[in-house]
Amino acid sequence: MTGPRPFTVLLDRVDRSFGGRPAVAALSFGAPAGAITAMLGPNGAGKTTALRLITGALAPDGGTVRVFGLDPGRPAGGEEVRARCGVVTAKPSLYDRLSGLDNLRYAAQLYGLGRGADVDRRLRAAAAQFGIDEALGQAVGGYSTGMKTRLALARAVAHDPELLLLDEPTSGLDPESAAAVLDLVRAMTSSGRTVLLCTHLLAEADGLADEVVVLERGTAVATGAPTALAAGFWPHPQVRLQAERPTDLDRLAAWPGVVGYQREQDRAVVDLDAAGRVADLILGLSRDGVRLAAVEPHRPTLEDLYFAIQASRRDVPAGPSLDAGGPSRYSTPPIGPPAPMPGGAHRPVEVGR
Amino acid sequence: MMAVTAGNAARAGKRAGGRRDRPPLRWGRVLTVARTDLRQLAQARDFWMPMTFLGALFYAIVPAVLLITIGRIGSVEVIARVSGALEMLPEAARSQIRGDSAAGQTGYALAVFLFAPMAVIVPLTISTAVGAATLVGERERGTGEFLAHSPAAAREIYLGKLIASLVPGYGTVAVGFGVYSMIVNVTVGPEVGGWFFPTAQWWVMILWVLPPFLAICLSLVLRLSARVSSTAAAQQASGLVSLPLIGIAYSQATGVLMGAGWLPLWLGAGAWAVALISLTRGMRAVTRSRLLGVGPGL
Repeated sequence: MTGPRPFTVLLDRVDRSFGGRPAVAALSFGAPAGAITAMLGPNGAGKTTALRLITGALAPDGGTVRVFGLDPGRPAGGEEVRARCGVVTAKPSLYDRLSGLDNLRYAAQLYGLGRGADVDRRLRAAAAQFGIDEALGQAVGGYSTGMKTRLALARAVAHDPELLLLDEPTSGLDPESAAAVLDLVRAMTSSGRTVLLCTHLLAEADGLADEVVVLERGTAVATGAPTALAAGFWPHPQVRLQAERPTDLDRLAAWPGVVGYQREQDRAVVDLDAAGRVADLILGLSRDGVRLAAVEPHRPTLEDLYFAIQASRRDVPAGPSLDAGGPSRYSTPPIGPPAPMPGGAHRPVEVGR
Repeated sequence: MMAVTAGNAARAGKRAGGRRDRPPLRWGRVLTVARTDLRQLAQARDFWMPMTFLGALFYAIVPAVLLITIGRIGSVEVIARVSGALEMLPEAARSQIRGDSAAGQTGYALAVFLFAPMAVIVPLTISTAVGAATLVGERERGTGEFLAHSPAAAREIYLGKLIASLVPGYGTVAVGFGVYSMIVNVTVGPEVGGWFFPTAQWWVMILWVLPPFLAICLSLVLRLSARVSSTAAAQQASGLVSLPLIGIAYSQATGVLMGAGWLPLWLGAGAWAVALISLTRGMRAVTRSRLLGVGPGL
């Protein structure tokens, strides 16, 4: 039997402020191992601060952060966490005077890959994944924004990280490159890695995210799998119908299996007790001689979900956050010293879900 | 007597805990940071060209012109003027001057005693310029974020930056010292009975007195670079820090060359002690939040 996946990243009531202004406040969420978690929110929602707290680049003012079961705020834990993470920041953070290859070599040495022909081959292979290998000999100062982003992505994955943290990774990329990046994100998780993606582009995360965390003013206002969260707003399968004579559709309100009916001008929105009812609905309407112009089963997108969450927050601004799995699942157990692994490395202590 | 409060005890405990689980310093990473900074510096022609000119001016052009003027052209007026100045040297220094002719003695005194400042001014100027920009520059370019997320410890980054700032200054001294030795031996040597430079005092100055002053200066400059918000501000503030240090280092160097017995050796030892304390304290200035540009005061 396969149980729920353990969390690779876990934040429990984390606070961090700058000059008295809170950037994140009581932030709690988890990123399950081997899954893609999308952190959604407008600019200034606290996504970048959360990412910095996860690597230990920033220390929290309060609360607990655990990554691989380690505390990234401690010197030893932080070093191990950062060595096992690949980070792509919102700005590519590259050295303009150095060549692309020298930028990759610098990172390779800091991440413990060392130097030499084998490492160079590995770096070129990472660059080839993003189509930037041809430009590795040029100084980065002459790169376009898209090339810089691709190089930053190659740098983030070159050391084969277990956790990939991406902060707006497709900003500045052309559609083709952006699609390549998202393909790579999928490929990373299919090989067991965990991805945490910060974005304000909802379409980017749609269909990609296994879990979403919606941030608002530094707090997670909704967390969980998109389908589970959507079920909270749209508990019944929905189909949208259009007919040549829209009033012909009104009969549906009394049909068996229809739990909700609403018509706005030429379009009817029908809530059903089961998705299998759609075929019956179409057959019945055809038998009655209703000429249908459009049948559109409604699958809520991430954008629909996001705006539904925002709307619910406007209705109840101080209401509790939505959590598909219950907020208590993010509470962190006390941490002990990491169990030593053969060879001196530390075994990751995964926190059960 | 300081009262022991619960807060003090907790903070002390946290510090002790932090030290206990601190991973060992990895010199490979330190050298990687240093090497990368130096590689970038080598690409920065707008930096190294004026600095090379500065070194050439102090170590080659000015000494060569002056010594050739005295030795080859034999300007009586110049020799008389410099010879007069030599009367002001301490007895210990005057007793060391070699050469039979006035031109030889003047050339010897100039070469050994009066060019001391150049050995101090050039490296301090170069290292200060490099060090002032190094940490704030990472922040301004956005590359500080890459370092903050990397496994490199803050002290490894600090030491890498320190080495990268030290090498151009001290490297200039090493090369300049060699060039200067060649020039004074070729121009003054024939007048004083052969090659005479470097003297023992110059070795003491270059190997014992100059390095700690460079280190003290850099520890202060790196601290500034970590704390200020722009490279321009770092360079202005560094100028204020380095000027008094240049003065102190100059007087030290002069004392050594004038032959003030064992005192320069003791003062050099004192400078090393101050340098070590200052470097250790300076290490704390580099934090990840400062690399990100969100530290206190930024």
